[in-house]
Amino acid sequence: MSESRRSDDRPAAFISEYGKPLPHPSPISRPFWEAARRHELTLQRCAACGKFIYYPRPRCPHCFSDRLEWKPVSGRGTVYSYTVARYSPTPAFKELPFVLAIVELEEGPRMTTNIVAPPEQVRIGMPVTVAFEDATPECTLVKFKPA
Amino acid sequence: MSLKRKAAAIGIGEVRPFREPGDETALSLMAKVSAEAIADAGLEKKDIDGVLNAVPFADPAGFYPASFCEMIGVEPRMLDIVDIGGAIGTGMFWRAAAAIDAGMCRAVLCVGGDLNRSSGMPFPWISLEREFEWPYGYIAPTLGYAMIAQRHMHEYGTTSEQLAKIAVDQRTNALQNPLARFNDRPLTIDEVMNSRVLADPLHIFDIVSPQCGASAFVVVSPEIARRSKHPPVWLLGAGEASDHSVISYAPSVTTSCVKPAAEAAFKMAGVTPADMDMVEPYDCFTITVLVTLEDAGFCKKGQGGPFVMEHDLTYAGDLPCNTHGGQLSFGQAGFAGGMSHVTEGIRQLMGRGEGRQVKNASLAYVNGNGGVMSEQCSIILERQS
Ligand SMILES: [Zn+2]
Repeated sequence: MSESRRSDDRPAAFISEYGKPLPHPSPISRPFWEAARRHELTLQRCAACGKFIYYPRPRCPHCFSDRLEWKPVSGRGTVYSYTVARYSPTPAFKELPFVLAIVELEEGPRMTTNIVAPPEQVRIGMPVTVAFEDATPECTLVKFKPA
Repeated sequence: MSLKRKAAAIGIGEVRPFREPGDETALSLMAKVSAEAIADAGLEKKDIDGVLNAVPFADPAGFYPASFCEMIGVEPRMLDIVDIGGAIGTGMFWRAAAAIDAGMCRAVLCVGGDLNRSSGMPFPWISLEREFEWPYGYIAPTLGYAMIAQRHMHEYGTTSEQLAKIAVDQRTNALQNPLARFNDRPLTIDEVMNSRVLADPLHIFDIVSPQCGASAFVVVSPEIARRSKHPPVWLLGAGEASDHSVISYAPSVTTSCVKPAAEAAFKMAGVTPADMDMVEPYDCFTITVLVTLEDAGFCKKGQGGPFVMEHDLTYAGDLPCNTHGGQLSFGQAGFAGGMSHVTEGIRQLMGRGEGRQVKNASLAYVNGNGGVMSEQCSIILERQS
């Protein structure tokens, strides 16, 4: 896929005063975002196979059980991979550079997130801990910082 | 059940990618290359009884095939869209063959065209990406491929110089292709490595350039193929796979599902990577080519870096790779971009590769890749001697 098309393709309703895209929780994901607002990281855990899951799902992607429970987790993980974005993927992301990362949580799942740290400090394998960012009074994003 | 030699491509149509759309639309470009491909196949429009479309970024819509067929005046017996991103072209080829083999139709027009800008109609991205990716700025595939490259370098010691070599050799191929968007001057490894970094570790020359363009090819039954004016290019094998949509949730960031797709294609074809006279792997980024060559079995996993340095990837080399220049030098026309690897494979095997013709070519490996290594479709094409 290519770059240019994404730039102005966002539905207007998606952009808040905050200026960047924010999640619009679904009934399935609402508990995750409500917990984030309280600065708690919770993940679904499958009662049938015991695995933790990210992002929130209607059923376990491993064993297809619908017995999913919300569990608080440690907020600890490591940087699995990352990039330093030195251009704006859309006009909304104008504070450059920023670090986009895949964090592998201690409980297993990987998350797309940002590392809140100077880019030159970030390394693959680096231990990180959750850093909640209150984007708006209604919405908190789940980011990470060096542990 | 196999699609081996059940259908062949006998005609192609393509426009040279260009930056400014002017009066062209995705539909006008698709109509143009369709007319060209049908004429190139020696057929008439009334002979087309199957149509497979790519839905363009520039004009996203439902009910696409019927609208397209109505517009060009075709009344098909089989019509559909293929929605697997950069794997659309290779995915169309085997779907056309399967429909022909099933007796649903005999001559399938496969067509895609796109502009490098929106018509004002937002592309309908799935809610999952908007909710869990976009808030963190993961709105562009460049960032995903950068994370693949970063991890590949970490695990295997791959270098920026090795990635640059891919762009440089493909540019050498583009210099011999009058249809390539970037065919006016060679590239050097230093130039690539000194170019601006957009997302660590990817330089601007590691990254495809969005263009306007369109490609089409016509796939027909063996009976029609045997009367073709061009040497028919047979589908020898096909394989398809997906194991994620967003790279963060892939089983592996560095090993892709090119592996099962290519294995299935080679198995159906009864040939091996060593038998290939050329490879046409989807190349939205240089790292895409490197990972594809590894996972398709052209070299050991993790050895893609040394492999591309040791081999000459130009049309005259020991492993001709993306002989049209790849999308890196040919240009990427949105969802039609991946089709250019298929048309180039067909062109080469027909012996119409002009100044970049691979000598005595009879077998080509073509891979389509959608999303961020998300959808893979490999095909093996054959010219019978
Ligand atoms: Zn389960």
